[in-house]
Amino acid sequence: MNKGLETIVALATSFHPARILMPRITELHVNGKTLKLDVEGERSLLSVLRDDLQLTGTKYGCGEAQCGACTVLVDGVATRSCIVNVGSVGKRKITTIEGLETNGRLHPVQEAFLKCDALQCGYCTSGMIMSAVALLQRRPNPTEADIIRGMNGNICRCAVYRRIITAIQEGARLLQAREEAK
Amino acid sequence: MSAARRDADRLISSGELSRKNDPDGLDSTHSSLDAENSSCVEFEVEPERYELSASPIYRFELDRREFFKLFGAGMVVLLFADFAVAQPESGGGRRRAGNADHPSDIHAWLHIGEDDVITVFTGKTEVGQNIRTSLTQAVAEELPCKIESIRFVMADTDVVPFDRGTFGSRTTPDMGFQLRRVAAEAREALLDLAADQLKVERSTLRISEGRIVRDDSTESISFGQLTKGQKLVRSVSNQTLLKPAGDWKIAGTSLPKISGREFVTGKHLYTSDIHREGMLHGKVLRPSALQATLGSLDVQKAEAMRSVKVVRDGNFVGVAADDPLLAVRALDAIQVEWITKPQISNAELYNHLRKTGGGSPFVESSPDELKFHEGELKLRRTYRIAYIAHAPLEPRAAVAEWNEGKLTVWTGTQRPFGVRSELARAFGIPESQVRVIVPDTGSGYGGKHTGEAAIEAARLAKGAGKPVKVVWTREEEFMWAYFRPAGVIDVSSTVRKDGTISAWEFHNYNSGNSGIRCPYDVPGARTEFHNSESPLRQGSYRGLASAANIFAYEVHVDELAELVKMDPLKFRLKNLKDARLRAVLETAAERFGWGKSKPGEGRGFGIACGVEKGGYVATCAEVVADRQSGAVHVSRIVAAFECGAVVNPEHLKNQIEGAIGQGIGGALLEEIDFENGRILNGRFSEYRVPRFSDVPEIDVVLVNRKDIPSAGAGETPIVGIAPAISNAIHQATGERRRSLPMVPDRSRA
Repeated sequence: MNKGLETIVALATSFHPARILMPRITELHVNGKTLKLDVEGERSLLSVLRDDLQLTGTKYGCGEAQCGACTVLVDGVATRSCIVNVGSVGKRKITTIEGLETNGRLHPVQEAFLKCDALQCGYCTSGMIMSAVALLQRRPNPTEADIIRGMNGNICRCAVYRRIITAIQEGARLLQAREEAK
Repeated sequence: MSAARRDADRLISSGELSRKNDPDGLDSTHSSLDAENSSCVEFEVEPERYELSASPIYRFELDRREFFKLFGAGMVVLLFADFAVAQPESGGGRRRAGNADHPSDIHAWLHIGEDDVITVFTGKTEVGQNIRTSLTQAVAEELPCKIESIRFVMADTDVVPFDRGTFGSRTTPDMGFQLRRVAAEAREALLDLAADQLKVERSTLRISEGRIVRDDSTESISFGQLTKGQKLVRSVSNQTLLKPAGDWKIAGTSLPKISGREFVTGKHLYTSDIHREGMLHGKVLRPSALQATLGSLDVQKAEAMRSVKVVRDGNFVGVAADDPLLAVRALDAIQVEWITKPQISNAELYNHLRKTGGGSPFVESSPDELKFHEGELKLRRTYRIAYIAHAPLEPRAAVAEWNEGKLTVWTGTQRPFGVRSELARAFGIPESQVRVIVPDTGSGYGGKHTGEAAIEAARLAKGAGKPVKVVWTREEEFMWAYFRPAGVIDVSSTVRKDGTISAWEFHNYNSGNSGIRCPYDVPGARTEFHNSESPLRQGSYRGLASAANIFAYEVHVDELAELVKMDPLKFRLKNLKDARLRAVLETAAERFGWGKSKPGEGRGFGIACGVEKGGYVATCAEVVADRQSGAVHVSRIVAAFECGAVVNPEHLKNQIEGAIGQGIGGALLEEIDFENGRILNGRFSEYRVPRFSDVPEIDVVLVNRKDIPSAGAGETPIVGIAPAISNAIHQATGERRRSLPMVPDRSRA
């Protein structure tokens, strides 16, 4: 496993230390809202987002935190939702791709992906964008090496990698411009 | 006018287009593969067998009244098969002549509504190659109209014309061409209509951005106003003129991906995102090994579980439940024994392919006798290509629902009508009772031609009496989809000391015959493709066998250049007459700076070229290679590509870059390891695919030939990458790597 990925997996696995019986979950904090539901705690966060909350922008790709298609932010940290039991999430704040727009305005990283044509089939795109948003929070001015290291746990089978690197650099610029305009 | 066309016209004029479906058993008239073969292009004596399928013939699903009922009044323009063949028709299959009961097939149609919306219908599927965008450009160019006023309905078998499938890079040369003709006919029809309505000379009218404009006044009228309340049907005539590529204003530009916003916001619904009222989640009990059969089975525990429905039908066992975790648990609760049988493993693969490659279904010899002359240098080499997986990031998935005997299935496939046939056969129902809808799909690369998930979801939905969704796991995708064929290629050749290739003999076992013909000008050449028995299920993959064949001949040619101590580029040009291939070679070499500098220590430069499916590619690679560990890093790629007139430069570049990135996987990293019917590395933690850190600096040069009809581009750019890398590794280390993948397992960090 590559090193950038290990960090992410470590973060994700810290949510479910052992196969203990998880209580049922009755609410989740997603995209700024508290949502009521009633699901088994052992369900994966990914499945609950997709199958119960109909937030299908987050994708299944491998089920073992290897491809990054299921990436969401948990308290701002990029997390592979496929290996997180929903019962371990507690009151943490989840952000999915559906929660990135503000008042109908795209997040700068979303804008940059469009501008740079950084997608083909688009199936990895949600996970790429969420991982990139988290990366830019840690490193607002990433070098190409930073991006490669930070994004290496995300797979794009259409191999649009070069364009995604360019889009993340562009996203960083747009993000800063937007910050400055505030 | 052909009989078919006449019949169809008569039916249209009487408003009686038939809705009859398969009244005379079309399958019996169309099951012969010979019929398909007879229309293949000159060189392809036999198309690659896994592209073959006895496809159902088109039948016209909608009659005229229904059409207008569905889409509102306005104008419909139809394209009939007999006028679609100026360029090779989609799929090249034999078409049934029309008769009074069922008009000949219609390839495409377009509807102009009262609301100014132009709706175009096509059976092609969008899997990331961005044809929704390029086809929109084709229509907008010919009409012309605003991009925003065009809506594409794709791959919904109840409402789109029959199409054999989206593969072989045929969308641009076939569907793109056909839709241009449809749009051009619509343009002429609208001008006729406007001249009539406005009572002015037709020559004083022109179309601009979706409106008819009068030269002599500021008045204009929209398409919708013009067709309001009408039910007009027009079919494409063979007189309609298309705009030459040199005059394109909308085609030929880098229009961004249509509905790109839906993708970056997560709003686009892929198959696996579709939800239906009351829907259950299905899982299928998989055998423990390939070709295993059911021994004993006990489903009692699973059946007793809350909300779980178990379905057994022959060897098929599946469950459906309220949520996916319950379905997994129910599956785990099933007690099952499988009867397995010994099978060929990876270690015996290449001997097995050669041993079973008995017959020679495909042979091509040049007129000159193949002779190996005295005094010439002789080379005999073997090249090997491993099985690899498409591993599309969206695994196979389907949502199925039954409604009063009619089955509707959403599924990601490149062959919606093929899957419709599979479903009709599986359930013994007429195709008219099956509707397949393909949402824009999470890629395919040739891997989604079949309908397994569709059949599974439909079987479970039938058993459960509710809609069912089946999404394959990554492990299922690796084990139960199909693979790119493995192959062994033997090449023998001779070369004169002056660098002229004098004889060429090429045997491919199992890969296939795409791109098998050596493009170099060799007086005596013999090329054979041998069908072998494949231990794994195999099928189409981006570029088909051309990636394997071109890898073999381009490495071999490099070895010949080395034998006569010539520069690999000069050697190629000396033996190459094909002007288009020469052009891309020279273009790529120039951009790369070939011959201008020497690589540094541990580095190497390599070059390769190839032609396939109307696309010409040359690739230069720079690598850093370590002889001791076997590790390779590709640091720079320059690719020149030519496929006629470029429809969308940015999307074309994106495809080429993607093909290079994906090609690095097959070249260096990817290989299916299998033993006795089990896949040993069937997950992303064990099967190494290209990642950000693997992808080099990429420089793409487009050679835009506006004088040549556009060819497809999704596949061919992949063929040059593996040989260019192999040739570069040789320069870096002195070592020839003749087997794909080229990096040994232990070094694929």
